[in-house]
Amino acid sequence: MSLTILSKQAFQDFVARMLADYRVAGPTPKNGSYVFEEIHDPSELCMDYPTTLLPPKKFLLPTKEVLFKYTRQNGGVLQDPPETPPTVLLGVHTCDLHAIQLLDTVFSSGHYDVHYMNRRKKTIIVSIECLSPCDEHSFCKSMGTLTADEGYDLHLTDLGDRYAVDVGTKAGEELLAKYATVKTADKEDIQQLNAVISAKWPKFPYRLDFDVSELPSILELNMKSPLWQELGDRCLACAACTNVCPTCFCFDVKDEVELNLVDGQRVRQWDSCQLDEFATVAGGHNFRASRALRQRHRFMRKGKYILDAHKHLGCVGCGRCARACLVDITPVGVFNELYRQQEAGS
Amino acid sequence: MVAIASYPQTQVYPTIEQDIYLPYLAEIADIRPMTALEKVFTIELPKGMSLGHRPGQFMEVSVFGVGEAPISISSSPSRSNGTFELCVRKVGDVTTALHSLKPGDKIGLRGPFGRGFPYENFRGKDILFVPGGLGLAPLRSLINQVLDERALYGRVIILYGARNPGELLFKDELKAWGERDDVELYVTVDRGDETWSGNVGVVTTLFKHISIYPRNTVGITCGPPVMYRFVLMEFFGKGISEGNIYLSLERRMKCGVGKCGHCQINNIYACQSGPVFSYREIKGLEEAL
Repeated sequence: MSLTILSKQAFQDFVARMLADYRVAGPTPKNGSYVFEEIHDPSELCMDYPTTLLPPKKFLLPTKEVLFKYTRQNGGVLQDPPETPPTVLLGVHTCDLHAIQLLDTVFSSGHYDVHYMNRRKKTIIVSIECLSPCDEHSFCKSMGTLTADEGYDLHLTDLGDRYAVDVGTKAGEELLAKYATVKTADKEDIQQLNAVISAKWPKFPYRLDFDVSELPSILELNMKSPLWQELGDRCLACAACTNVCPTCFCFDVKDEVELNLVDGQRVRQWDSCQLDEFATVAGGHNFRASRALRQRHRFMRKGKYILDAHKHLGCVGCGRCARACLVDITPVGVFNELYRQQEAGS
Repeated sequence: MVAIASYPQTQVYPTIEQDIYLPYLAEIADIRPMTALEKVFTIELPKGMSLGHRPGQFMEVSVFGVGEAPISISSSPSRSNGTFELCVRKVGDVTTALHSLKPGDKIGLRGPFGRGFPYENFRGKDILFVPGGLGLAPLRSLINQVLDERALYGRVIILYGARNPGELLFKDELKAWGERDDVELYVTVDRGDETWSGNVGVVTTLFKHISIYPRNTVGITCGPPVMYRFVLMEFFGKGISEGNIYLSLERRMKCGVGKCGHCQINNIYACQSGPVFSYREIKGLEEAL
């Protein structure tokens, strides 16, 4: 919408002021890595971070959340999901921004999910342009997520001693107006923004050996590839890949009971299609009993099923699953190998 | 891959403000023990509420403190007047808790969910029902719907199999169906006992007793996962076309609203596109059967 300039000092003040009215979360260092965490002082932030262990998804779809509370007396249901405070998510990378757009579609289309959407509506996203690859596992350029033209309220680009701030929404504009001291970008700012973006592009490698538009058909044609069995033989079914994924949204639903055995709550918590019991029915039959079939299901979702259903790819190229996997199963490796097999076979 | 057809279904949650995960309370009006493992629950809906379901649809049933489970509706729309029935096998946590409840107790309900049988399309045709075991529970909803508007359909043939005579469900209704001139009922058990003088063998052994006009017959089956491919072979052997074969597929629908992922069959959410499918719709789906 419009481009403004926020000096690094002004950014610190901006964050400090919003802390009075918002829960603020952003990238912070932790044990040699980075995590999205609620902050209480701007100095806790590290905006120039490579990647985080878990994506910012956890602020929109918590690992575990209460759907409602009940009391077993009179079999009553008390409609009381706890309120989420208004939240500002700072420093979201564009891969994660694309992932959040997918989650928005999933939870707002079909049956509307008030739990996710209420939280989403109260969340302001301040994203930041990545200027160099986080490590050898990311493949955002191949997935088309190296930048984003929507999905943020404010978008920052680091110009050294200042940020160029693109205003994406009315909410972003208001946040800026209320809490920040900005100046309008001048010709020199825009020239430098151009220089920074131009320098960025060649630093990111294409890591898929084919164009991502071919991914759905490559997967569909490789339903019976021997690669799935190879992956299944290696996979430990630990579900680390799905736990760190910014687009995984499958969940389990269960009841918890208080110690008085009368009151309790129904919760949903992250679940994983990689776990043995995920597709098991009450009689004991497991419709995806082998790790090979579960790995195939995961990659089919990422590259095809989710795209078919929601018009967004289910993989944004963040590389977190590749970093988390103990046996080196990586999406780049899998997708390229399927492509190679297909080319060799045709 | 064939597109999954849509036809009018009950609109469960008309406004977006409603919480799709929040159950409403209903009272158990009656419990009928059926076998050692199955009971039939008659549920009374809140005053003025009608379920508006379609045969083949399912409910999410809550016992608070234990959890929620998807259970198919066993009564027909034609016989639902402020009440409906669930035939529940005691097999998991929620169903075991349900079995311990008494009339007057309250349960939580969400639904009906899913796509049921398009029975209007079956009118004028012969229908061959092949329920196996607990598969009779959802098919009973459709069978009674058809019998309550009997004149609209051709022949009604039912081939029912259970593991042993003690596991036969709805014995009173089986008897009534067997006595009707306009229902052709064949029952078999995998293993007989001293009380049993009928057919012995799996349900597919009953197909030899019937002759059908394949072009005008709809074949419908529901049963344990292992049963489907064998029944399909019999349907094909009788000449029933892929588009005239309907199956109700079992999955563990945890949310019922196409989010949680547990019921996914390849790219299809069974809770949304199913659980009832024509064979033509699922034959390309490797994970379906």
